Amino acid sequence: MWDWYEFPAIGRTDLRDFKKAGDQAFLEFSRAYGESLENFFRPLLNFLVWFEKLLINSPWPVVMGIIALLVWLGSRSWQLVVGSLASLALIGYMGMWENTMYTLALVSVATLVCIIIGIPFGILMSKSDRIQAIVTPVLDFMQTVPAFVYLIPIILLLGLGKIPGLIAVCIYAIPPVVRLTNLGIRLVDKDVLEAADAFGASPRQKLWSVQMPLALPNIFAGVNQTIMMALAMVVVAALIGVRGLGMEVLKAVNNQYITLGFMNGLAIMAIAIVFDRVSQKFGKRLQKHSEVIHG
Amino acid sequence: MASQGIEIKDLYKIFGPHGEKYVEAVKNGMSKAELNEKHGHVLGLKDINISMPAGKIQVVMGLSGSGKSTLIRHINRLIDPTTGSVQYEDVDVCQMSDAELLNFRRHKTAMVFQKFALLPHRTVIQNTVYGLEIQGIDKAEAKKRAQRWIERVGLDGFEDHYPNQLSGGMQQRVGLARALTNDADILLMDEAFSALDPLIRTDMQSVLLDIQEELKKTIVFITHDLDEALRLGDRIAILRDGEVIQQGTGQEIVLHPADAYISDFVQEVNRGRVIAVETIMDKTPLQGDIKIEVKPDDRLETAAQAMSSQEENRANVRDNSGNLVGSLQLKDTISAMVTAVRH
Ligand SMILES: Nc1ncnc2c1ncn2[C@@H]1O[C@H](COP(=O)(O)OP(=O)(O)OP(=O)(O)O)[C@@H](O)[C@H]1O
Ligand SMILES: [Mg+2]
Repeated sequence: MWDWYEFPAIGRTDLRDFKKAGDQAFLEFSRAYGESLENFFRPLLNFLVWFEKLLINSPWPVVMGIIALLVWLGSRSWQLVVGSLASLALIGYMGMWENTMYTLALVSVATLVCIIIGIPFGILMSKSDRIQAIVTPVLDFMQTVPAFVYLIPIILLLGLGKIPGLIAVCIYAIPPVVRLTNLGIRLVDKDVLEAADAFGASPRQKLWSVQMPLALPNIFAGVNQTIMMALAMVVVAALIGVRGLGMEVLKAVNNQYITLGFMNGLAIMAIAIVFDRVSQKFGKRLQKHSEVIHG
Repeated sequence: MASQGIEIKDLYKIFGPHGEKYVEAVKNGMSKAELNEKHGHVLGLKDINISMPAGKIQVVMGLSGSGKSTLIRHINRLIDPTTGSVQYEDVDVCQMSDAELLNFRRHKTAMVFQKFALLPHRTVIQNTVYGLEIQGIDKAEAKKRAQRWIERVGLDGFEDHYPNQLSGGMQQRVGLARALTNDADILLMDEAFSALDPLIRTDMQSVLLDIQEELKKTIVFITHDLDEALRLGDRIAILRDGEVIQQGTGQEIVLHPADAYISDFVQEVNRGRVIAVETIMDKTPLQGDIKIEVKPDDRLETAAQAMSSQEENRANVRDNSGNLVGSLQLKDTISAMVTAVRH
């Protein structure tokens, strides 16, 4: 009799063998390539460490001054400058300065990596429907698969530490830049593109004189989302040993320290809000002349 | 300036994945509607043969969907033909390699668009230098040349404005300045003035005629407006459903419409502005004391004005080399202006 209550799964031994084979294959792969991968990422590690040291070893007034300047350049808003400085001061006063610097370094470097890799990918995607069809499901995968699942192979390959943490953050945070670069370029007004063609612009000239500048507000919206997602990942990154505010949150979870958890959580939120407001204001400024008005 | 005209020969364009398969059928008389219904392809252009004169304004006229934009885009190959050729300086544009085509577009053609198609993130001056920038011309030099045309189209003082800070008429002046700065022999204008208010439109037509007087470019001007066609066109081709149904000078078309469709079109035209004196003049000059003299290519309106302002009812016609070639009566002039002339 056919059994309608138990799903016809493959046998227990078969399943065990299947999993074993998969793990075995990956282990062999990681034994063979783990070290060269580590070497490959060494420059990135050095850069991240250098940046962390720079933030932590500089006198705090200098760091605050530079942040204030960046906020001003990005937003041209005094309220935002004052608001950011006040939150930073509070964070420092509550003893979270060093961890905040670690987190800032991680998020900045992760965002930079996402931009450097993501924008060219977005451009490629916009140029070919086939590449778009291949890359889109990959991006969906990166955004929906629970981070813990890809943490396992990353840890197996690279162990615990800053680089695996950075990679995990980037995998989660890169899709928006790629998607919005692609979208931004595809949405560029066809009439304007035709004009560029009519004047004999080569594909490269078109990209830099028309498509990228007109896609910039969208690309920037992507960068903004990427930053937010990177910040959201700092607790997960702490799981594989990345220092910073995320690590403190994790400590608080493990030991049920309510106040510690909230303090660090709020610090992450404050950084997120500053990043978000500044980049939105900057994006608005980029957009100022971009709307096409006919007749 | 421009030395050669543009020769369009046996041009067919069928939109769709397998356009070339249906050329034969179209040649054998399949209609646009039938092609669309049976095979899902759109007939864009059919059997186009136009000789566009060098240094003159060729107007292409037709209603919406008649294929005007498709035709003008074949000249700089923004659209590839299904079959046929577009010859300029003895080279077939349709056979050019990618590199040759870029070169051709950069140096031989410039285009003005119905919806202006300005670069919204660039100021007026930055828009105007665009063609030169693409050619790789030095920035300072490009700016100098662009400045001249900005002034010529009446935009000085607006160099640093963005397109969305300008009115439609001013935006199209930028479009015109951008095209003229390219200093190409061929100027392609796809309904360049159609989006403008009537007054601004007439104004822009004058700007164009003024500039053409000086530059003598080979201009292809698309319009759906007969008055505009007659005012600007040295020659006019009329399109319907992708086919040329008549071509000639404005006068030829107004005087001898090829079919009822064109008759309908030309009925409302101000004939006095289209018909030339030589068309209706008497070939024998008048003797005696004739106060008024007009030129053979003056329009009837001008001649009638000249006579009536002097309270004369006749005039002699003297050509540009000073010979008397004919004469004109006010009564005939007026009647030719108000009724269809039969020859
Ligand atoms: N890319 C295309 N694919 C399919 N059909 C097209 C394409 N481009 C134009 N057509 C069709 O070709 C015909 C001519 O279009 P075209 O744009 O040249 O007309 P037009 O005379 O410029 O009209 P308008 O005055 O509206 O600008 C129309 O029937 C149009 O639907
Ligand atoms: Mg059109």
